[in-house]
Amino acid sequence: MKTLRTILGLTLLTLLLFGIGYPLAMVGLGTVLAPDSAQGNPIYKREKLVGFENIGQQFHSNRYFWSRPSAVDYDASSTGGSNYGPTNPEYLELVRTRIDTLLKYHPGLTKKDIPVDLVTASGSGLDPHISKEAALIQINRIAGIRKVPEDKLKELVEKHTEKPLSGIAGPGNYVNVLKINMALDELSTKK
Amino acid sequence: MIQYEIIGAALVFLLSAALAWPLGKFIVKVFLGEKNWMGFMSPIEKLIFKISGVNPDKEMDWKQNMKALLGLNLLFFLAAFVILSIQGLIKFWNPVGIGNWEPTLAFNTAISFMTNTNLQHYSGETGASYFTQLAVFAWLQFVSAGTGITACALLFRGLTNRSSAALGNFYNLWLKSCTRILLPLAVILSLILTVSGTTTNFKGLQEVSTLEGETQMVAGGPTAPMVAIKQLGTNGGGYFGPNSTHPFENPTYLANMAENIAIILVPMALVFAFGFYIKRKRLGLYLFGVMSLLFVSFVAISAWQEVEGNPNFAKMGLEQTVNMEGKEVRLGPVASSMWGVSTTSTSNGSVNSMHDSHTPLSGGIFLLDMFINAIYGGVGVGFINFFVFMVIAVFIAGQMIGRTPDFLGKKLEAREIKIAAIVVILHPLFILAGTAISSYLVTADPELGWLNNPGFHGFSEMMYEFTSSSANNGSGFEGLGDNTPFWNIATGLVMLFARFLPIIGPLAIVGSLAVKKHVPQTAGSLQLETPAFASVLLAVIIIISALAFFPALTLGPIAEYFTF
Repeated sequence: MKTLRTILGLTLLTLLLFGIGYPLAMVGLGTVLAPDSAQGNPIYKREKLVGFENIGQQFHSNRYFWSRPSAVDYDASSTGGSNYGPTNPEYLELVRTRIDTLLKYHPGLTKKDIPVDLVTASGSGLDPHISKEAALIQINRIAGIRKVPEDKLKELVEKHTEKPLSGIAGPGNYVNVLKINMALDELSTKK
Repeated sequence: MIQYEIIGAALVFLLSAALAWPLGKFIVKVFLGEKNWMGFMSPIEKLIFKISGVNPDKEMDWKQNMKALLGLNLLFFLAAFVILSIQGLIKFWNPVGIGNWEPTLAFNTAISFMTNTNLQHYSGETGASYFTQLAVFAWLQFVSAGTGITACALLFRGLTNRSSAALGNFYNLWLKSCTRILLPLAVILSLILTVSGTTTNFKGLQEVSTLEGETQMVAGGPTAPMVAIKQLGTNGGGYFGPNSTHPFENPTYLANMAENIAIILVPMALVFAFGFYIKRKRLGLYLFGVMSLLFVSFVAISAWQEVEGNPNFAKMGLEQTVNMEGKEVRLGPVASSMWGVSTTSTSNGSVNSMHDSHTPLSGGIFLLDMFINAIYGGVGVGFINFFVFMVIAVFIAGQMIGRTPDFLGKKLEAREIKIAAIVVILHPLFILAGTAISSYLVTADPELGWLNNPGFHGFSEMMYEFTSSSANNGSGFEGLGDNTPFWNIATGLVMLFARFLPIIGPLAIVGSLAVKKHVPQTAGSLQLETPAFASVLLAVIIIISALAFFPALTLGPIAEYFTF
């Protein structure tokens, strides 16, 4: 009987402490210390939620920089990767189709210049970034449709290229697709 | 700019080791009940003991401690199983209205979190309410990690005892491992993550109107506190389905570094703590060296393979072949390999890239890492696994120099060696038998549809699942369709036995060592702090893992590698 009381008591009390008390305290503290990032850095436009800084979005239109392929089509309520192994024929076929699509919409682009992140899906299915090269190869398409000089778009990409952490650690040289596309819209309206 | 990625990975390793040293000293203080700066938790601890009727100062022998451990864990399992089965009826913290679980999934998941495995056959954002995520999963992530750390504390004590059966008080060590070691670290990490952009709220699904005018539903929630303890307690159960690839779990490179450090921090600290506890710092350093040699080699091989990438891409005419499938651009291939090896070394099991999509040899390294399961290892239990390897190495080295093997001043005799041998054999038995049965079933009935990838890779998917279960790791080749009664029950049982038998066995060894008389060290005694013994230890680890698993590895990753 004594053991039963002990294990029941310890189970319930630790559940209260670590399962309820700790997370509540962290949510409270986090909201006070960093109100914006605790919400996942939401972006509002005229009071309307248009996205989160780090949650990628799907871009079909030729007017925008495209994101990476996604195994879940950027469905942020049910996320995931493709889980394809590197030798899976189905997967390799899919990559071939992606290459062909890129070549079709970007005249002048050759296979060897295609950055690998634009033909592979991320693990989360929500990757907010593409590599700088992946942004650069899309410029001629966008410039043609938006009637913006290519140099201006190159500048835009430079401006949005992120550096490694403290300049020394991590990949760097990547671009947040949502942010650059928002900047792209602003550029067009200003003109 | 690969060099910056390598610097990032090196920083993670060095910072972890640098932080683990003082943490190791602190852990020893907690184990020995010495005064420490977390003393302010004392009133809460005393209250919990009072209500539960525990006398924290009561000394118990190894059997009494094991009974306490098993009894408490049984109740953890029951509580989790019941809550998961009736999840839909609990309206509290369930904004999306997620329903009840079927019994085999609830069974699998309750065992999974109780055993510190966190194998997940459900997906977090669609399958679990906020109440389940916090009151079941985050809670078990604390107390199951505490169980492992306590088992390790009992082991340390037994090894230093001079003819005494008392190993300390399980309840006392367990609660203090949670409140004084895990809790403060989790608070710090949770805040770092919140500031980096990990969601920390109760908002439920939010509707976003995208730039192209479509609607995107975004799941958020109280992610940071759960992710913090999932990493620190070598749990690994993600808040979201794709774990720490998800930008809300792992928003930036800095957050990624912090989480990766958290994965290996406590396991590394326990190796140092062993040295401090038995007052042989150098031995701790030697063991750390042996482990780190394997760890760094594994990271190097995995990262090299991922950066070399997929030769099939070159055949298609691409110049870049880096394997980015299942990886995030902000993290890159090197950080993905660093994390992959960290998480499989330490039985953590969280991922920041999809292991199923790694190149064959990188996936093979992850498997090998879990076969060994003692490179730093899961909190507490990793060191216990390593202890078993040490016992065998001491025995073999003793045979080589023709002496009765003695270990830290205690004679190792037939009983101890037998137990160690049985414990070592369990792991390959669970993995190979499980993989064989599932391979048979899937060949007999291809309609089962378990596998996401054909051929050798499909075999690897099944082997990975059993390896991950037996190593109490919890990561997966997630292409495997594993939410079926077969996988739920089979892996559930494997996790259960693979958790408790390797704790009970070594503690039985320690229980019998503890009461033995101390034999004085002589010039003829085996010297542990020598390169010679380190080499024997390394050889034992590699031979046991390689011999048992090499045939299976050739059927999976190695065969796949040669199809390139």
